[in-house]
Amino acid sequence: MSYSVTDPSKRQKFIAGTLVILYALITMVPLVWIMMTSFKTPPDSISYPPKVFYQPSLEGYVNLFTTRTRVSAEKLASLPPPENFAEEIVRSRNMVIAGPSKFGGRFLNSVIIGFGSTFLSIFLGTLAAYAFSRFKIPLADDLLFFILSTRMMPPIAVAIPIFLMYRQLGLSDTHVGMILLYTAVNISLAVWLLKGFIDEIPREYEEAALIDGYTRFQAFYKVVLPQAATGIASTAIFCLIFAWNEYAFAVLLTSGTAQTAPPFIPTIIGVGGLDWPAIAAGATLFLLPVMIFTVLLRKHLLRGITFGAVRK
Amino acid sequence: MAEVILEQLSKSFGKKHAVIDMSMTIDDGSFVVLLGPTGAGKTTTLRLISGLEKNDKGTISIDGRVVNNETPAQRDVAMVFQQYSLYPHLSVRENLSFPLRSPILKTSKADIVAKVAEVADILQISHKLDNRATELSGGEMQRVSIGRALVRDPAIYLMDEPLSSLDARLRADLRIELKRIHSELGATLLYVTHDQTEAMTMATHVGVLQEGRLVQFGTPREIYEAPASEYVASRLGSPRINLLPAELFNLSDGLTQTIGLRPEHVKFGEGQAASVKRIEHLGDHTRLHLDLNGHAITVLSPSGNPFSAGTSVNIQPLNPLCFDKDGQRIIRDSA
Repeated sequence: MSYSVTDPSKRQKFIAGTLVILYALITMVPLVWIMMTSFKTPPDSISYPPKVFYQPSLEGYVNLFTTRTRVSAEKLASLPPPENFAEEIVRSRNMVIAGPSKFGGRFLNSVIIGFGSTFLSIFLGTLAAYAFSRFKIPLADDLLFFILSTRMMPPIAVAIPIFLMYRQLGLSDTHVGMILLYTAVNISLAVWLLKGFIDEIPREYEEAALIDGYTRFQAFYKVVLPQAATGIASTAIFCLIFAWNEYAFAVLLTSGTAQTAPPFIPTIIGVGGLDWPAIAAGATLFLLPVMIFTVLLRKHLLRGITFGAVRK
Repeated sequence: MAEVILEQLSKSFGKKHAVIDMSMTIDDGSFVVLLGPTGAGKTTTLRLISGLEKNDKGTISIDGRVVNNETPAQRDVAMVFQQYSLYPHLSVRENLSFPLRSPILKTSKADIVAKVAEVADILQISHKLDNRATELSGGEMQRVSIGRALVRDPAIYLMDEPLSSLDARLRADLRIELKRIHSELGATLLYVTHDQTEAMTMATHVGVLQEGRLVQFGTPREIYEAPASEYVASRLGSPRINLLPAELFNLSDGLTQTIGLRPEHVKFGEGQAASVKRIEHLGDHTRLHLDLNGHAITVLSPSGNPFSAGTSVNIQPLNPLCFDKDGQRIIRDSA
């Protein structure tokens, strides 16, 4: 039993809890709907009124990962029995699997570019933030403002110059090009967030390490970095979410080799009518990595987004 | 252990002169306490010796070697900070072994285990070795941070007000502990504080700092009994020395402007009449707060305190310290 006047009463807690759960449910409806659609058959997905209870099917996922061709009934009958569930599903629609789709490759591109640019942003951001936080840098405030100013307009506003530059430099439709681009966009966020976190770490720790016989880099690595883990984790999540979801530049600058999942998923629409379950399956799978990453770093994130306002 | 010599050391931060022309010899095995108020340059002196700051002028030598251009790691010094001294992401054991694992010392595993156990035992923190540093109480934290210095065998131990954030009782315990460590290890210590009790009880030598200058260096007794100036006199002694105009007791000799009267340097029953304003009974002794022609004077009452508030008492200075118009002490041959 708590008697503190600042503690909420049971009634207040109940109301607050109900509101939070309601809000969570409302925001989750679209997500749940997409996940449900991904397990529907194409006819179920477009039936009206929408079906809430249905026979789940993996057809969407099969369609997402394969390309298929329509065959005649005689040809279908002459084939040997299906080897796996995927073939079975496809044949029930009078089609055969012609080969794998591009989704796997596009998804892998998203992983490489998303995590690559996140790593690079954090790596550069941490070093820059440490330098801004600890060393006397001439015009430090102006430099920091300059770094921030790179985000004062939407990045896409410079799409045309970047498009021309990338074409000239041979960076169009390359992994390196996209990693560099997303890093350039994220670096200002990374430097500013991380500087705040590193400012909070008292210098005495590094000074103690210097006296204890370590070099400045070792002190940074062994003392500052572990304590900045919270900040690094939350900054990494912000960077990954941006790079992972980025659509406009991906459409503009990638078409094949380095195309990421976001511009690819809508193109599924064009293949043999509106294949909503396949699109929903792509969207569902696309959500997973960020979700897993966020859950793994969750305990850091919660402390991180309060920006060290409360220090223990 | 080694001797540390400072010669004409100066350091300024922008326009602020933190340390000015400081020369001092810290003998091998001595326990030197730097005493002074905030901003007197005590911490800067420590940071200059440790190499965390670079001196503008002068030389610092440790063990006969000029270390001006050496990094903190190369100087072989250990330092205890006032606060934030433990690595919060490490356990107590890891904190204690951190200096031993440095690339400079590269101690073997067995030696680390032995040394950490030994120091933990001295500081009575053996049962806390596997706790996280953040789980300790203030006193334990400070013991561990002293321990992190003790695991090494540096040329000199530098301590920056290590006890100031602790409560009175722990301070008293750790004072005795530090003194014992000093005498047992024969270590050289440079200790910074603004607490005169720490200076009086632990130091073999006290250096008094005033606005970046070393104004007097000597044994605690010398500093107490023969202070060089009003400033030094008022740094040591509790209650503080009474600084009074010389003419109050008709002691003016043309030179003496101010006399310094320690609370115990008073003869009762003769001289000037003063009214007793307040009496403080402190158990082992009693303090009288007197008023003499508008000047507040604090004195030590004779045993069995015969006085009460509101009465009047005659007092006469006993061996007062005389200071000239600049606050410097006038030393007479007879004294």
